[in-house]
Formats: sequence, structure tokens, C-alpha cells
Amino acid sequence: MTTTSLTQSRGAGRAGDKVFSGAALAAGCLILAVLFGVALFLVIQAIPALVASPDQIQGGEGFFAYIWPIVIGTLIAAVIALVIATPVAIGVALFISHFAPRGLASGLGYVIDLLAAIPSVVYGAWGAAFLAKEISPAYEWLAANMGWLPIFQGPASATGKTILTAGIVLSVMVLPIITSLSREIFLQTPKLHEEAALALGATRWEMIKMAVLPFARPGIVSAVMLGLGRALGETMAVALVLSSGALTASLIQSGNQTIAAEIALNFPEASGLKVSTLIAAGLVLFVITLGVNMIARWIISRHKEFSGAN
Amino acid sequence: MSKRIDVKDLNVYYGKFLAVEDVNINIEAKSVTAFIGPSGCGKSTFLRTLNRMHEVIPGARVEGEVLLDGDNLYGPGVDPVTVRSQIGMVFQRPNPFPTMSIRDNVLAGVKLNNQKMSKGEADALVERSLQGANLWNEVKDRLAKPGSGLSGGQQQRLCIARAIAVEPQVILMDEPCSALDPISTLAIEDLINDLKDQYTVVIVTHNMQQAARVSDRTAFFNIAGTGKPGKLIEVGETHTIFSNPTQKATEDYVSGRFG
Repeated sequence: MTTTSLTQSRGAGRAGDKVFSGAALAAGCLILAVLFGVALFLVIQAIPALVASPDQIQGGEGFFAYIWPIVIGTLIAAVIALVIATPVAIGVALFISHFAPRGLASGLGYVIDLLAAIPSVVYGAWGAAFLAKEISPAYEWLAANMGWLPIFQGPASATGKTILTAGIVLSVMVLPIITSLSREIFLQTPKLHEEAALALGATRWEMIKMAVLPFARPGIVSAVMLGLGRALGETMAVALVLSSGALTASLIQSGNQTIAAEIALNFPEASGLKVSTLIAAGLVLFVITLGVNMIARWIISRHKEFSGAN
Repeated sequence: MSKRIDVKDLNVYYGKFLAVEDVNINIEAKSVTAFIGPSGCGKSTFLRTLNRMHEVIPGARVEGEVLLDGDNLYGPGVDPVTVRSQIGMVFQRPNPFPTMSIRDNVLAGVKLNNQKMSKGEADALVERSLQGANLWNEVKDRLAKPGSGLSGGQQQRLCIARAIAVEPQVILMDEPCSALDPISTLAIEDLINDLKDQYTVVIVTHNMQQAARVSDRTAFFNIAGTGKPGKLIEVGETHTIFSNPTQKATEDYVSGRFG
């Protein structure tokens, strides 16, 4: 019988541990380095536009006057997309996870995932060539009947290429992200909690309200924020669909512009200070996205005590 | 309030597999009935058919009748949701809703059935239910804290408080102490003793001493072998089952010769 002293250890196993932790650390550092590099690039390249005298910037009134209308435009388009997509996505995800028969559920899930595989330029073409035309009578109706609301003020765009159309196209694009993430979360709801609700005499919908949705809430917030990230940054679809212009409150007139589409449309011909201006616009978009993500994390962490993680 | 349950010729199937065969049993009101038997003999499955919770499992179905004071739970037009609000259930592992406070956990079931409740009424019900579950003194100062912060035994008593808050006729308990330490188990057993003054209690347990301690009547389930259906072997007064059973299998089981 051989005795093993405590100071001896299995050499190979320890080496594997070291390699693994080294690789994980390197990957983590790489992400930070890339993020920092992008931020640094944006800031350095944007500085000329930020310090230039107002009359040199496009529009002649300085960078702030140039950027704020397209920031608002970006937010409007993204909010429209989320307002439409979130309820639909949660409904579809719940249907797949808790209501549909098993065969239908997997088929439907597959179709929804397929939506994410369509390139954004195809969505843009569809929105510009088909949806805009088909939807413009609805805009006429809105302008005639709901025109007293500033957001539906006429005259409606004859081509239908408005920020609302762009928002609708974006909502279709963010739908699969929110749906598939929500569905995964819903499926992870502990059986114990679902049974607890049912045993108290809950109907299926009450069980979902009592056990599934509270459990899934942080996941839904993350899913929506990922969707928002895509909506904020989406370029091609908006560039094709939206007939851009000055900021207007009305969603059914042509006008408004988003940061990403503004950069894409102007970058090819830009030079000198114009390039700086566009990169500064990119920096603003970066900051908005970062802010959105931080708010999402804050919302999730606010209820940590009740998350069920403890 | 508390009703008796009479089960007639009940078969339980998972798909085509017969899991529990031909159960006939009468469960008296305001008493504790224990189901004992080896693992896999179908006692938990059978318990679930008493409030139609087996329907949560895909493919599970029953044949036969379960009468709650004469009303068949499986009669046409009977809503399982109504059945479950009359026959509450406590599970093997404590399962308070993690996203709710202790107070909201107690009120969870009541909020489903009940319309509007004033804050005063709700407070009174919370106190009454937690008193009924012997938990009030331990949690009265932290009702707004999450239920998941309690110990396992406290969580299980919270689940019992939640079940009795809806004032059911019957409370089913599926091995309620199997995840708890001996002290917490004792607390739950004391509670079961108190509960039978008001409710009909049915408890599944692996622990024969527990069955002997808490129950008035005991039902012994057994299984002939893997793949065979579980059967109710015999049912009777607890002391008779433990001291002088009529069946050989029961005697072997309660005397520790198998299982």
C-alpha cells in the first residue's frame, strides 16, 4: 500500500484548471478591451465635431442642434417597435410555452425563429415597396378621424414612408428576439410554483399571472432591452423605409430620421468634419444604448430579494 | 366545513399504462387519513386524483368516481379549478411563491376566488391563517419580506397557511415533511393534529412512525413488481393496521420486513 502525502497533487488536473481559468480570463478581458477600443475610437474621432464652431456643422447651428432631432427620431421609432412587438411577443411566447399542443408549439417556435434569419435589407425592401403602399389608406383615415391628436396630424404621407411604417417594420424585426427569449424563460418556470398556483384553484391564466410572469419578469425585461438594442441600431430597414426629414410630432407624415439611418445614408459621401459629425452621432447612439442597458439592469436588480434566486 | 371523500372503482392511467388499479376507499370528514407504501406504489398518484392535480401531467387520466360528499369530482361539467379551490394541496417540497411577500403568499389563493377585500379583512385573514399554521409568532414582524427567506419548515407551514386561507373542505399533503429536519417535522405533525378539528386531512408519507403518530386511519398501498399497477391492499384504523393487519403484505411492511 502506498500512502499519498497531502502536499502531493495530481499534476495534470491542476494544469487543466489553470489553462481553463486563463482562457476564461482572457476572453473576459478581450470583451472589455474591444468595448473600450470602440468607445475610445468614437470619442477621439468625434472630438473635432464636438469642438467645432456651430456654423461649420451641418445645419449651421452646432452639433447639439444637429443631433437632438435624430435622437428623438431614433427613440420614437424604437418605442413604436417595442410598443407593438412586446405584447405580441409575450403572447406568442406564452401560447407556445403553455397553451399550444406540443406539435404546433415546436412548429410555431421554428417559424418565429425563422423571422430572425431574414436579412434586414429584405425587411427594408418589403416595408418600402409593399407595407408603405398598403398602409397609407390607414394613415389617411387616422389623419381624418384622429387628426386632433398631434401624433396623427395630417396631411398623411401619400407614399406611406413614415416613421410609423418604419416602427412597424422594426417591430417585426425585434419580434423573434423577444419571443424566443421569453419562451425560454417561460419554459423554465419551476413546475413546483405552477402546481402551487393550480392547487389553490387558479385557472391557467391565473396560474400564469401568479407563477409564470413574476418568475419571468427579469427575463422579459432583458428580452425587451435586447429588442430595443436592435431597434435602436437597425439601419438598413429604416434607411429604405423612411422618407426622412425634419423632426415632426406626427407619425403619419414623412419626416423624422434615426441616427443609424442618418449615418448610413451620409457616410459614403462624407469627408472632413462631416465624418466627425457622423461618428459623434454614433457615439451618442452608443451612449443611449449603454444607458438603456444600465436602466434595464437597475430595473431587474430592484426586486432582487423577490427574484427567487435566494 | 369539511367533507368526506368516497372513492369508487378508481383506475389511474398514464397514457396506456395502468398506474393504480381499482381503488375503493372512504375518507372520513374531520379525520387524518395516511397513505403508506413503498416507493412507486402509486400513493402520490392516487392522492393527486383526489383534487384532479394529476391532470397537470400529460397523458394522465382516471376511470371511476371520486365523491366529495356525494358529488362526483369527475362528473360532467365539473371544473377542475372549482375542485381544487375546495380540496387544497401541500407538496413534497415547500413552494411559496418566490416573488411574493409572506403576506401575499397567504392571500394568493383568496385573491383568485374573492372579489375585493378590505385591508382590514385581509390582515385578519392573514393573521388567522398564519395562526392556524403555527407560524404567526415567527413571521408577524416580517410579513412584507419574501417567503423564500424562511427556513424549509417555516416555508412548508407558510404553504399550509396559504392552503387553509381559502378555507377548503379537504387538505391533501404529499409527503409534506420529507424535505424537512426532525424539529420542523414535529411542528408540521402538531399542526396536522390541530387541522383535523376543522378539515379533512389526507397525508402521503414514507415514514411509518409519522403515519402512526398523526393519522386516525391508514391505507396501505403496494405494488406487485415493476410495470405492475399499484393497489390499495387494506385500509383501517391506524392502530389496527400497525398492530393487527389482516393482510400478510401489510404486516410485512409495517414490521419493516420489506420496503
